[in-house]
Amino acid sequence: MSQVKQGKEPLLRIAKRDGISRPMAYGIRVIAVLLSLVVSGIFIFAVTKLNPIQVYEGIYDGAFGTARRSWVTIRDTMMLLCIGVGLAPAFKMKFWNIGAEGQVLMGGVLTAGIMRAYGSSLPTPVLLVLMAVMSIVAGCVWGIIPAVFKAYWNTNETLFTLMMNYVAIQITSYCVALWENPIGSNTVGVINQSTKAGWFPELFGQAYGLNVLLVLLLTVGMFLYLKYSKQGYEITVVGDSVNTARYAGISVKKVTIRTMAISGAICGLAGFIAVSGASHTISTSTAGGRGFTAIIVAWLAQFNTFVMILISLLLVFLQKGAIQIASQFNLNDYASNIITGIILFFILGSEFFINYRVILRGKKEGEAK
Amino acid sequence: MTSAQIIQLLQSAVCFGTVIMFGAIGEILTEKSGNLNLGVPGIMYLGGIAGLAASFFYELNNPAPNKVVCLLLSFLAAFLASALGGLLYSFLTITLRANQNVTGLTLTIFGGGVANFFGGGLNTMAGGVGQISVAATSSVYRANLNNVTNFGVFGKLFLSYGFMAYLAIVVAVAMAWFLNRTRTGLNLRAVGENPATADAAGINVTRYKYLATCVGAGISGMGGLYYTMDYIKGTWANDGTIESLGWLAVALVIFATWRSMNAIWGSYLFGLLFWVYLIIPGLGRKDIELFKMLPYLVTIVVLVAISLRKKRENQPPASLGLAYFREER
Repeated sequence: MSQVKQGKEPLLRIAKRDGISRPMAYGIRVIAVLLSLVVSGIFIFAVTKLNPIQVYEGIYDGAFGTARRSWVTIRDTMMLLCIGVGLAPAFKMKFWNIGAEGQVLMGGVLTAGIMRAYGSSLPTPVLLVLMAVMSIVAGCVWGIIPAVFKAYWNTNETLFTLMMNYVAIQITSYCVALWENPIGSNTVGVINQSTKAGWFPELFGQAYGLNVLLVLLLTVGMFLYLKYSKQGYEITVVGDSVNTARYAGISVKKVTIRTMAISGAICGLAGFIAVSGASHTISTSTAGGRGFTAIIVAWLAQFNTFVMILISLLLVFLQKGAIQIASQFNLNDYASNIITGIILFFILGSEFFINYRVILRGKKEGEAK
Repeated sequence: MTSAQIIQLLQSAVCFGTVIMFGAIGEILTEKSGNLNLGVPGIMYLGGIAGLAASFFYELNNPAPNKVVCLLLSFLAAFLASALGGLLYSFLTITLRANQNVTGLTLTIFGGGVANFFGGGLNTMAGGVGQISVAATSSVYRANLNNVTNFGVFGKLFLSYGFMAYLAIVVAVAMAWFLNRTRTGLNLRAVGENPATADAAGINVTRYKYLATCVGAGISGMGGLYYTMDYIKGTWANDGTIESLGWLAVALVIFATWRSMNAIWGSYLFGLLFWVYLIIPGLGRKDIELFKMLPYLVTIVVLVAISLRKKRENQPPASLGLAYFREER
């Protein structure tokens, strides 16, 4: 009877899963999304007193109700996707590029500037190429600056890129004030409205055809780059363990700077697409928080660019729907941010159940599997 | 440049600094537990709107609002709502081990959504017209000694602020004392530096992380409350200012090298840099935008300087941003 007194076994225990089958992992995620839709439905019901089913009909109507709405949904999905694709290599390298917002804006500002300055002197194809190149350079520079400091002095990149956002936002505000049209409006207005110089041409009879084509090309390209190229492999190794990478003879500095150059370049190009292919104007809301949302898109997709298409579509679909509901009930658009937040919280939480399993008190290890 | 202008600049700097000082002190407490909460802007939003909403409904239902009740209601509501934001973050990152950066950013999106949604729509939903306004509560927050005394320049510079400006300093000093002089504070820092060692020493890592993050969020939320009640005088603006101030609060944590005493003068310095265009003559509207870049540029410079000097006492908590799972040692 010399038994050591034992504490009570806890009600719930957590153990790491050895592995999980793909269908089950996706099953858990789908359940999370469904749960989040239920919670969002309750929220909308509480505010509008509408039948939740009608609410979701309204959301669908807002996103895909007419051909025009569908195209706007597709256009915005492509924007979000493009930034997500740009962020994927950086995040795979575990480089916290929170600065997409600024990289997009810098690309957008240069695009708008060139469109204004050379709209009447250069033909549109030349203009488009020039704007694309310059926006890539701008995004690239904005991405490389924090990368160099990270590579050589291990400066915290999360906060550095974050601060670069606000520098970019102030530069944009400056340019908006500089290019104000009409004076006193505090906006740039639609650039080259009459000549449409520097605007994306219609492709396949669709105004946003070129946006879709460009972004899908980038999506496929990035998927192949990350999965099959040597550079993509180097990114994976640096992301998993910097020490292993050094040991294997990979120059971590070079990979860091190169990857951020690519990441910034694509985000800059996203700014070009946003200005030249969609809004034809520039303001501090050209990026509109997508730089932050795209981080979550890239992270949740685990850097698989094809999964990113689905996640971007889901988020934009709900945003458009929420905007529709909001305008129907005289509420404001920010309802969409609440719904986005709820969905993301649920998906983030669901990752736990994919990586760990919960064991009830009294159950044996084997039974809980 | 007249002396009146300089006084105005200094006053603006202090008001601006108070908002971000609250945010930064809360975040210092959170980060000392090893949690990098990028949800500070969202939490400040939650605090701001909760305080505003609480006093709005109270003032709506009571034609003659009691000022003490106004104050207590809005203060408690703001603290609770922000702490709830912190609890959500804690549950996801500590219990469910979600990535801290992504969870924080989501909290910022969510908090901004909630605040701007209700801030813009609350008055309409309650059947009113136009902007939300809580004059009675705001007057309590803005009451100051300079109006009842007459000390000239001294009064203008040191007595012209609402009580929360002084509360921020008190909280900062108390935080420094707590983190450096109390056993609980030292335990908390141990958790942030090396949770495994702290665990082995018998410190309940989970409880410390939860409490520090929730209380830290509550303090950060006070920044939002001060902003809505005092800075913009008991109204609401959907212009995203709280978000940019929230990020400045995160920046201030680095600027202060995780010391709340440094956050006091750091926040006023940020305020000075932000408003310095007030005293520079001949600036156009576009030039002002460039000047507003200054606090961010200075933060970048400090960030680089800290990483270049590599002084041990200026580094962030060693396990900042990492989840702790006992079985993974």
